Amino acid sequence: MKKSTVGTWIGFIVIMIWCLLPVAWIVSLSFKSLAETTVGSPQFLPKDPTLENYKVLLGMTPDKSSSQDFLASLRNSFGIALIATFLAVVMATLAAYAIARLEFKGKRLVLSMALAIAMFPVVALVGPLFDMWRTLHLFNTWPGLIIPYMTFTLPLAIWTLSAFFREIPWEMEQAAQVDGATSWQAFRKVIVPLAAPGVFTAAILTFFFAWNEFVLALSLTSTTASRTVPAQMSFFVGPDPFNPPYSQLATASVIVTIPVVIIVLLFQRKIVAGLTSGAVKG
Amino acid sequence: MAAIEMKNIVKEYGDGFPAVNDVSIDVADGEFMILVGPSGCGKSTLLRMIVGLEDITSGDMMIGDRRVNDLAPRDRNLAMVFQNYALYPHLTVYENIAFPLRLAGASNDEVDRKVREASKTLELDEHLERKPGNLSGGQRQRVAMGRAIVRDADAFLFDEPLSNLDAKLRGQMRTEISRLQKRLGITTVYVTHDQTEAMTLGDRVAVLKRGILQQLATPRELYTQPGNLFVAGFIGSPPMNFLPATVEGNQVKLPFGTVTIPDDRAAKAQGRGLLIAGIRPEHFEDASVMDSSRAQGSTFKAKVDVVEWLGNEAYAYIPFEAPREVQEQLNQLERDLDGEAMRTQLVIGLDGASRIKEGDEAEIFVDSSKMHLFDPATGENLTLDTRGAGTVPSDTSTQAVAEEQDAVATPAEQEGAS
Repeated sequence: MKKSTVGTWIGFIVIMIWCLLPVAWIVSLSFKSLAETTVGSPQFLPKDPTLENYKVLLGMTPDKSSSQDFLASLRNSFGIALIATFLAVVMATLAAYAIARLEFKGKRLVLSMALAIAMFPVVALVGPLFDMWRTLHLFNTWPGLIIPYMTFTLPLAIWTLSAFFREIPWEMEQAAQVDGATSWQAFRKVIVPLAAPGVFTAAILTFFFAWNEFVLALSLTSTTASRTVPAQMSFFVGPDPFNPPYSQLATASVIVTIPVVIIVLLFQRKIVAGLTSGAVKG
Repeated sequence: MAAIEMKNIVKEYGDGFPAVNDVSIDVADGEFMILVGPSGCGKSTLLRMIVGLEDITSGDMMIGDRRVNDLAPRDRNLAMVFQNYALYPHLTVYENIAFPLRLAGASNDEVDRKVREASKTLELDEHLERKPGNLSGGQRQRVAMGRAIVRDADAFLFDEPLSNLDAKLRGQMRTEISRLQKRLGITTVYVTHDQTEAMTLGDRVAVLKRGILQQLATPRELYTQPGNLFVAGFIGSPPMNFLPATVEGNQVKLPFGTVTIPDDRAAKAQGRGLLIAGIRPEHFEDASVMDSSRAQGSTFKAKVDVVEWLGNEAYAYIPFEAPREVQEQLNQLERDLDGEAMRTQLVIGLDGASRIKEGDEAEIFVDSSKMHLFDPATGENLTLDTRGAGTVPSDTSTQAVAEEQDAVATPAEQEGAS
């Protein structure tokens, strides 16, 4: 008994180090001065911890040139990711409900098409999208990124949600209808709350995809009017063009990661709450 | 409050499968009506057609004076308790009960007053803030009933509400439902496959088999005047004994001997050849414990195979051989009743004081005046007293339907398998 506990803890610590060391490194890098990262004698802990990088990026220094771009891209990231998530979840919820509840011709086709789209390599679409968006004047706009993000995350969201909807007994809706609900009321007041864990799962997956996506963000934008953080980071230039400003990149990474961590913690509580209340099995 | 009238209701599924076939039942205002039958008899389908969850293929569904065939469930103003209760797990007990009121747009004060009233009736007061997931089976059942009584519905519909409870709780809830219904005086339709529930709860009982109404009568009428072999076999526990019989004059020849039956009964069964006699277990008795004053009847001697002594009474089992013709009919009956064809045996209800032991050659008394005689081909009760038997539809034969259903079912199953 005791032995196995010790083993569990050792395994636990090994995995924690394995997973968190890169994160710790980035955090530590973000507190190093620009000079310290370029001298060529790296050490884990910063010799002389400084908040300079954060100040520069968040616009708390007199020189606002780099902070302006970064904050604009942060705003883009939030806007684009949230809108894409919202639209994808709403559409996926409706689509998944139809797939789980209705019998219609071509249901299997819809599902397998959705899966095929999910498998499609994003990179292959960069060229066509670039041309299309320029013609349609969507290049370097928010919708220009929201539409592809939504499209690429819909299949997964539909699959996840339809699995959740299928778990909900028909009687729930029928009971609601007998109690006086319209189909829409039954859906909104009974089915969606019951599928909440699924909705949150789909939302998290979509948000992460949109938040972290790099290839499209880089190719379909040209200015900070719509460029998101991952793409903007590739434009960070330090004093020396041959040495990327590692400490600033690390700082940007930390700043970008914080909302993701907060969102996961928030939603995780929701998901756990949904599961423990016996959401599906009454 | 309203009466419910079903006129020639038919339900056919897309593949032509007739789940409910030309059923007419009238439920009076305030009446407790039971729909009973073995699984697959269409009783739940019928209930779901009343509430509007299934489309009606043909016929008229009247609630009060309205024809509701084309109304959505929410426009029919009925309350239903589902077999698995269908409580909303994300809402508290309070909100579960309040759900219909909130949908109807009731004010908070009204909701609170009505919910508290319902929860008091059902003794749910201390559970109002809990979630259904944390409640016991009986409590969930009460919440489901609370959700039904909180609104002023025209009728209550119950779909096997007690089948998920254990035996003891089932007995308690049965009385509870009966008390509630009597107090509220609301029209109720109750689906069950349990004949105890059917007999104890119902003002009247509709017995269904393969989508066809077999008999619609009070529990007492069903028990004493079963319309056909199926009803006779379905109602009563242990079930009625079925024996091959031939009638000559007022004498009936049974495997154990010849008994005398009243002349009026004998007259109805004259010249029909081989019949099936139906005698309930309690119409037998151990001749040695009888006081001689008990009325007409006959005695016979038989070797008792097994005795089950229960204290207040005992059951003795006596195996017998039946002719093939009768045997086939009895096997079919057993299948219709969801049972398995077993050996033909006589079940005899004995007084608890009886000393008959296994292997004894006992003298058994039979009260032959209560005997029924059935036509082995159609199952029709030849000795039926139609004045005291409620409604027995003229054609209760399920032969044609059975063939039709089997014919439909086979290709559908193959399709499903592929």
